[in-house]
Amino acid sequence: MKRIRFALIAFAVALVPAAGLLRGQAPAGPIKIGFIVPLSGPFAQNGRDILNGFLLLLDEVGYRAGGREIQLIVEDDEAIPAQTLTKARKLVESDRVHLMAGTLLASSGYALAPYVDAQQIPMVFPVVSSDDLTQRRRSKWIVRTGWTSSQPNHAFGEYAYRTLGYRTVATIALDYAFGWESVGGFQRTFEAEGGRIVQKMWTPVSVHDFAPYLAQISREVDAVYALFLGRAALQFMRQYQEYGLKDRVPLIGSGTTTDEAVLAFMGDEAIGTVTSLQYSAALETPDNRRFTAAYRRRYNKMASYYAESMYTGGKWVLAAIEALGGRVEDRARLLEALRAAKPTGLPRGAVELDEYGNPIQSIYMRRVERVNGELQNTVIATVPRVSQFWKYNPADYLRQPLYSRRFVPAS
Amino acid sequence: MAAHDAAFPGWRLPVVAGLALVLALGPVFMTSYWVGLLTQIVILAILAMSLDILLGYTGLPSLGHAAFFGVAAYAVAVLSTTYRADFWTCVVAAVLIGTAVSAVFGLIVSHVRDVYFLMITLALGMILWGVSYRWIPVTGGDNGISGIPTLEAHAGLPVSGPVAFYYVTLLVFVVCTTLMILIVRSPFGLTLRGIRENESRMKSLGFRTWIHCYLSYVIAGAFASVAGVMWAYYNGFVSPTYLDLTASSELFLMVTLGGPATLAGPLLGAGAIVLLKNVMSAYTARWLLILGMVYIVAILAAPRGIWNVGGRKSA
Repeated sequence: MKRIRFALIAFAVALVPAAGLLRGQAPAGPIKIGFIVPLSGPFAQNGRDILNGFLLLLDEVGYRAGGREIQLIVEDDEAIPAQTLTKARKLVESDRVHLMAGTLLASSGYALAPYVDAQQIPMVFPVVSSDDLTQRRRSKWIVRTGWTSSQPNHAFGEYAYRTLGYRTVATIALDYAFGWESVGGFQRTFEAEGGRIVQKMWTPVSVHDFAPYLAQISREVDAVYALFLGRAALQFMRQYQEYGLKDRVPLIGSGTTTDEAVLAFMGDEAIGTVTSLQYSAALETPDNRRFTAAYRRRYNKMASYYAESMYTGGKWVLAAIEALGGRVEDRARLLEALRAAKPTGLPRGAVELDEYGNPIQSIYMRRVERVNGELQNTVIATVPRVSQFWKYNPADYLRQPLYSRRFVPAS
Repeated sequence: MAAHDAAFPGWRLPVVAGLALVLALGPVFMTSYWVGLLTQIVILAILAMSLDILLGYTGLPSLGHAAFFGVAAYAVAVLSTTYRADFWTCVVAAVLIGTAVSAVFGLIVSHVRDVYFLMITLALGMILWGVSYRWIPVTGGDNGISGIPTLEAHAGLPVSGPVAFYYVTLLVFVVCTTLMILIVRSPFGLTLRGIRENESRMKSLGFRTWIHCYLSYVIAGAFASVAGVMWAYYNGFVSPTYLDLTASSELFLMVTLGGPATLAGPLLGAGAIVLLKNVMSAYTARWLLILGMVYIVAILAAPRGIWNVGGRKSA
């Protein structure tokens, strides 16, 4: 134990020079970016994609920005919020990073927010999409470059009514905040147009078999809206076809249901599904073609929305560092620079932050098609400049409750 | 700290002294991150020791012990955020609620033994996890509850910061450990060990073993609640992962790795697991592999736990 204690002290002593570097205000040494994602546990694959997007970008710029070297410190949070917090503490208090980026789950995001604010450390959220992080429970030090769960779904509800011509829809979604907020957003604009959500079903996040749910689903609706991700999305697609529903009721849903991370493992059962998101790997822009080609060269697979999210989030970080000429030691100025950053060449297209710190961006309607033997999310429509508040006045919007299992109620 | 009937190997004294030194003076030398890890170890040690009363001393393997920890943490979170209750109300109410839940569950589980006990505690733990996950208006569901005030601010302490919180935790730890040592060394504690070794003989000697098992369960639940209160203040938020099966089984590992029925073992186990998890993962993405190998080596080389290495007879 003495030896362990010695090691502890030795480690603490070794940290002193690192702290010393920070105290000297002259920009010396590398810019340290702390990065937290789940790299083990059930969400490891998503975390890996997020990390891949960042590594690709950092390689492109040779790990340099604003004239300084960039050092990336990666931590695994196992998708457990308490562990996310522990890792954040390590990055901030022990590694003395200049800013942080990452995390996947809403619960991890909410757990981090008070700590990030207390430590006054700028943090970029490229993926966490919980609405309230940029709405009713805003955090000063968090800059979100991703999306809110309801954001693409607001646009999608209107599109489903006006263009797809649906009048009645049944929804089936994972029973947690991401599901509620997505379905809530879809329902609100779909019903505002005159449509009706006639059935709302929730499945546990750990769902293994969709048979009992598929047996209950109404066959009389114009379409079924599904929200799943990862393994559950694969399973749902397969069973939706096996139950003969695919030929009877068109399937639409959240962007994650047909995200490229799972699309590669799907078969013909996915073809024709229409979903909406702020990104598609099949987006026909030069920036996206370059990104997806580079991603495929390096990782030998299609870029997912997770990878693109961190690639874009990383561009935000780099743009801010460039704007400051590498002088990232002043955290308040770094935060300002992050909020003011205007990165270009983003795979998803032009993005700007609203005054609440959430992107205003194009939302794409995508249909799964097989092109050159591979499934892809072909973009069939684009809704430009969608804000997290859709067409509503932000102040009015924030007075309504957060989308939940009870709000908006089924009609 | 060792149980008196255990053989006392020579390495223990310097280890206990070194450990006490680190716990008492470590934070003076450490960076705030390491103070945080040490705080985690001490809080989880209280929790692991409370399970040890049940698992090690009474021989009742509970796979739902994190539930009481979680219930108390949620009680602190709900009372301090939604109801803005003062510090002592939060603490006392949380410990009482956690203990009350264990008193109710104890009525159900204290009649069964062995694998049935394992399964019923697992099921009850999962029920509480489900409640935390689904009773959204109160618990916030998957998002949990954040915004719990720091203990220093809430209690109105003149000092604040990680070191101050650590020493408060250490005080709680010392009080809890002393109480637990008194309990396991009391005639009641000896009876628990008797039940573990041979319950039917204890029955025939005239002991009402049911009530002893019940009390052991409630006592363990009470100490777990204390740990839950500290954990809620330490992290500043609660989420359903506090009381899920992973949390309960990790706790189980802390006790078995460190050495059941020793109280000191769970402290070592908690320390080993927290340090392995956080130090290893900084160096390699394959840290789970290393953790797994450590468990296997520990089981092969020290089947009675780290604390019992070199001991002649189990406590």
